[in-house]
Amino acid sequence: MTEIPLPCADRRAAPWWLLRHETMLAVILFPALIILGTLNGRFLTFDNLLNQGRLMTEVGLIALPMTFVIITGGIDLSVGSTVGLCAIMLGYSWRNFGFPLPLAIAFSLATGAAAGFFNGLVITRLKAPPLIMTIATLTLYRGLAEGVSQARSVRGYPEWFYFIGQEDLFGVPAQLWLLLIAIVAAGVVLDRTTFGRALYAIGANETAARFSGLAVDRIKLTVYTLSGFMAGLSAVVLVSRVTTTRSDMGNGYELDVIAAVVLGGTSIFGGLGTIWGTVVGLIMIQLLKDGLALTGVKGDATIVVIGAVLILSTLVASSLQRRRGSV
Amino acid sequence: MTAVTLSGAEVDPRRLLKVFASQEALLAVAVIGLAIVVGFYNPRFLATRNLSDVLLGNAYIAVAAIGMSMVIVSGNIDISVGSLIGVLATVSGTLAVNDAPLAVAWLAPLVVGVLVMALQGVVIAYLRIPSIVVTLGMLSILKGGLISVTGGKWITDLPDSFHLANIELFDVVPMPVFLMLVATVIAAWWMRYSAPGRAIYAVGGNAEAARLCGISQPRTVVMVFALHGLFAGVAALLYATQLRVIQSTVPPNVELTIITAAVVGGVSILGGVGTVIGSTLAAILIAEIASALVFINVSPYWIRAIQGVLILATVIADILRRRRIAGA
Repeated sequence: MTEIPLPCADRRAAPWWLLRHETMLAVILFPALIILGTLNGRFLTFDNLLNQGRLMTEVGLIALPMTFVIITGGIDLSVGSTVGLCAIMLGYSWRNFGFPLPLAIAFSLATGAAAGFFNGLVITRLKAPPLIMTIATLTLYRGLAEGVSQARSVRGYPEWFYFIGQEDLFGVPAQLWLLLIAIVAAGVVLDRTTFGRALYAIGANETAARFSGLAVDRIKLTVYTLSGFMAGLSAVVLVSRVTTTRSDMGNGYELDVIAAVVLGGTSIFGGLGTIWGTVVGLIMIQLLKDGLALTGVKGDATIVVIGAVLILSTLVASSLQRRRGSV
Repeated sequence: MTAVTLSGAEVDPRRLLKVFASQEALLAVAVIGLAIVVGFYNPRFLATRNLSDVLLGNAYIAVAAIGMSMVIVSGNIDISVGSLIGVLATVSGTLAVNDAPLAVAWLAPLVVGVLVMALQGVVIAYLRIPSIVVTLGMLSILKGGLISVTGGKWITDLPDSFHLANIELFDVVPMPVFLMLVATVIAAWWMRYSAPGRAIYAVGGNAEAARLCGISQPRTVVMVFALHGLFAGVAALLYATQLRVIQSTVPPNVELTIITAAVVGGVSILGGVGTVIGSTLAAILIAEIASALVFINVSPYWIRAIQGVLILATVIADILRRRRIAGA
């Protein structure tokens, strides 16, 4: 009884709510962009914006599956550590096992998927709260990265590998194509497939979703595995961009990723959210970072802004939702 | 579930006693057992100097884990505590170098800690934003704020009288260890026997039942966070006074060690269960393992992985144990 109206209610509410949220974002975004643009002439140039796209890719690739995870009502705090572990696995298997680089990349992606699969397995089989489970693996995966690498970095990759992270393809940074494909794929999956619609059903009411015959556990397992896999992909792009592998890579990514997703209007309580919103959230955060940096604010101060943005956007979103009466 | 926690003794004294005692007893055995095993391998591990260094250097983790235990028992989480400790230590150190009276330098971190955490508690409890979002945001605000204000400079030339570790009670017990023990005992007693202490368990175990019993959930959560801030203040003081210098940056990942201590100490991640005696023992155990690695020639870079395995094993054991109790 209850399960049938849920997707419908969501579909009816979505345009209104999305409109509201986008208006809100635009109201903040445009004046900020114009002010930053006038303060520094370099900010609103095509080159700079493309370069920001390059820098945004690593966090962006993880933010897409994180949107899925948060829509199901879960969270994955281990993504930053997974990036570190995958980066180390890439470098270590290439240098110490003598894997050819393509195999090392595949190994790194497999490590990410395995890390995510493990999160999902314990969360679905043992009903561990995702928050604590991923805090535990946040510690574990970073610890493995440190233990395996012994805090030694790996450099000197072959030249072709740097293409992903540093070169342009048709005038656009190569990894940005990767992000664009991922965005389109994630958007289509979330909006146009039963799998995507099931995520909303699970997030809105897991018990109802279960009773309406959705394979809740298998879907959640897939989503967490995907989150780990994309963290692996992000690690490959990151290593290619900075040309070195260190065990502290991806430290604090969880903050940027969750901030982008929540800023994009995905409800931290689950059941609501869009890929489009996440993309807008990502762009806003990246431009904010860059704009602040160009106007002379140091990198450390920008994370203050991101932290404040995270709390405030959750506050606004939850008060909007409460006024609507859905929470 | 709450009924089991609250009036457990009436349900089945023996099994409940076992469940409650086991985690602390297990940890105590592990702490002593590890010392004996590593001591056989390398007797220098048992040197008084080393053991007291382990305790002195990690007393602040244990103290912060007390507050963290309360937060987790109440059904919340706080990942901003590491950044807060960094900020408070810097506040205290800056005051001390600028000739503020000693009492002010010592008390300031406590006051600021309570204020910051109470603020977070208000946002979490009254505005109903999940604790993970609030504390994640606060983590970056505090961390970024600290580095941009201080530029990561070290605070040096601290007055000698500032150092708590120099004070020894009865010429044996260093002040930090004494504070750790006193804080643990008082907090354990308070949580076990006082009405507000029991309210924390009630709110964490079953918020709705607690509300029907006349316990205000928001007020309890704010109280828990304020207390957590107080313990974080004490922890920051211990952290600030343990060395000759204070690095005015955030100690990396210390919040994870604190959460690990609380969870491994037997605080149930599902809320409603756990004691601070366990968390202090767990903090000591983690510090002991870190020290033992050096003495058995294992790279210290493995310590975080070991922490991860410990916390994971405890979480899984806790879930399985609860399931068995629920099923039985």
